[in-house]
Amino acid sequence: MLCAVPNFVSFATLFIKMAKTKFTKETYLNWYEQMLLMRRFEEKAAQLYGQQKIKGFCHLYIGQEAVVAGTLSATRKDDRHITAYRDHAHAIALGIPSREVMAELYGKVTGCSKGKGGSMHMFSKEHNFFGGHGIVGGQIPLGAGIALADQYRGGDQVTICSFGDGAARQGALHETFNMAMLWKLPVIFICENNGYAMGTSVERTTNAPDMSIIGKGYDMPSFVVDGMHPETVHEAIAEAAERARKGEGPTYLDVRTYRYRGHSMSDPAKYRTKEEVEEYKKKDPIEVVKATILKQKFAAEAWFDEVEAKIEGIVAEAVEFSENSPYPDGSELYTDVYAEPNYPYITE
Amino acid sequence: MRVIQFREALREAMTEEMKRDEQIFLMGEEVAEYNGAYKVSQGMLDEFGPKRIIDTPIAELGFAGIAVGAAMNGLRPIVEFMTFNFSLVAIDQVINAAAKMYQMSGGQFNIPMVFRGPTGSAGQLGAQHSQAFENWYANCPGLKVVVPSNPADAKGLLKSAIRDNDPVIFMESEQMYGDKGEVPEEEYLIPIGKAAVKREGTDVTIVSFGKIMKVALATAEALAAEGISCEVIDLMTVRPIDYDTIIQSVQKTNRLVIVEEAWPLASISTEISYMVQKKAFDYLDAPIHRICTADAPLGYAPTFVQEFLPNVERTTKAIKAVLYKA
Repeated sequence: MLCAVPNFVSFATLFIKMAKTKFTKETYLNWYEQMLLMRRFEEKAAQLYGQQKIKGFCHLYIGQEAVVAGTLSATRKDDRHITAYRDHAHAIALGIPSREVMAELYGKVTGCSKGKGGSMHMFSKEHNFFGGHGIVGGQIPLGAGIALADQYRGGDQVTICSFGDGAARQGALHETFNMAMLWKLPVIFICENNGYAMGTSVERTTNAPDMSIIGKGYDMPSFVVDGMHPETVHEAIAEAAERARKGEGPTYLDVRTYRYRGHSMSDPAKYRTKEEVEEYKKKDPIEVVKATILKQKFAAEAWFDEVEAKIEGIVAEAVEFSENSPYPDGSELYTDVYAEPNYPYITE
Repeated sequence: MRVIQFREALREAMTEEMKRDEQIFLMGEEVAEYNGAYKVSQGMLDEFGPKRIIDTPIAELGFAGIAVGAAMNGLRPIVEFMTFNFSLVAIDQVINAAAKMYQMSGGQFNIPMVFRGPTGSAGQLGAQHSQAFENWYANCPGLKVVVPSNPADAKGLLKSAIRDNDPVIFMESEQMYGDKGEVPEEEYLIPIGKAAVKREGTDVTIVSFGKIMKVALATAEALAAEGISCEVIDLMTVRPIDYDTIIQSVQKTNRLVIVEEAWPLASISTEISYMVQKKAFDYLDAPIHRICTADAPLGYAPTFVQEFLPNVERTTKAIKAVLYKA
């Protein structure tokens, strides 16, 4: 399915080709709305970054939307989520209001991390979002630890721990995979494999470019998943979550996806050909879901216009809210560093 | 009062707290079936079972991160590093995760956990096993760093560290685990961030912490025979530092010597010297002196160990220098 792109080697035996599940109209409409919101939000973020309204590093999720959409439809509200710095879409899809995510990009006090996190550090305890993390692979042991706490308490929540193909080369992943299997932690490791560790393609980082094999050294159930379709992602996640809830431990999913933009806003992505990007755009997850909705007659063209208008309104409101929100006072540097209220900071 | 070993005091602290709070667990290399590399956790597996006393593979980065994740999700982990020399493998999770999480999340995810284990040199162990990182961790906002010097303090401070809602680095010493001392049987806590005057005096202030407090106290004792009265302050916590106790003492004695096991550059003594000159410049009758380790990795031979560490002889010399009695 994705083999047209040369940097992906032949898929492993457990490739989930087509979803077997019949998905409802509601699911499809939800996916479409959710993915379109992610897309339009990110497009606006890119525009605002160009205007320097948003600073710092800014990693966009455009192209990868089906991964989050399929993950969320297959998990429960009380399941946990943690990811790397490409985290805006995860935050929005989990239900953090777009205005709070946008305000965080602006560095405003009304942001979901009070302007202290920025693009790479969205958090919401309320939405079980354990954050966007900035050290490549650093969130992988954290995700296993979140799962350990649920297992410890006897809960049946599952932790979804996402990372990119670059992070898979960090020692933290391998140490964590070993312990997660040893202790049968209820965690699903998702490698959002977009083929590039920043500017370095998968095959330039390893002698063994089949990313699906890295779980196998730990006997971890491992699957290659088509990440351009929410159906296949949903199915893989649903099976993995069931295993985790039954106490059978973690699953590793090598989810093949693609980002249309550079690694971050400052990356012109000259390491890829135009043809490669265009090839993927033909399989755009949002367009594919739209086609299915139309084919199944779940909705007519008018509905898509309504959704587009609604999302445009949400994004516009998010920008307005962010523009009108204040920055945190400089003195807020000294809050939320320690849970202890009266920590004696050195100020001279 | 009853007398117990340093390692027993630590064990009592962990055991008492684990009985109080189900959310506390101990994790590390050899903590369970082996009963602890230095027998600190002896018997705890039998008492609490494998769910709460967790043996890990040799994977400091991984298990430190797993513990931080567990703390994000409501547990209160105690991570034992077999030595803080090995904590360098895990330092990403300590500095980039544990120390940052509360702030990055705008106050949503605090990290109530303890990283504990031995610090510093312990004889002829060679360069990689003979390092003190108190000042490294103390440099980082978001952490607290505790370094006890005797069994009673160790117990009271560790109990406070376990109850603390922030990440605490708790540093012990291989050479102290067998030390015996009086430890009250009734429950007590010692607050983090408070230094203690361990010996009162009038001529000179000696500031130290951890294992090297023995050198400070022995020096004070020896000099008493010569009619020199030393006030000895045990910092007990090196982040935050209790500057007030130091300044008050210097205002009384007008002279300061700092003794620590650390390389000299950007050490705890550097920091204290800065703060004392800033806040008590007019009280000083002599430049501040310090005894650190040699500014070199500690080699294996016994002559190197002798040359490397602060000792009574060197500390005495520094005290006489600030008293202009050299």
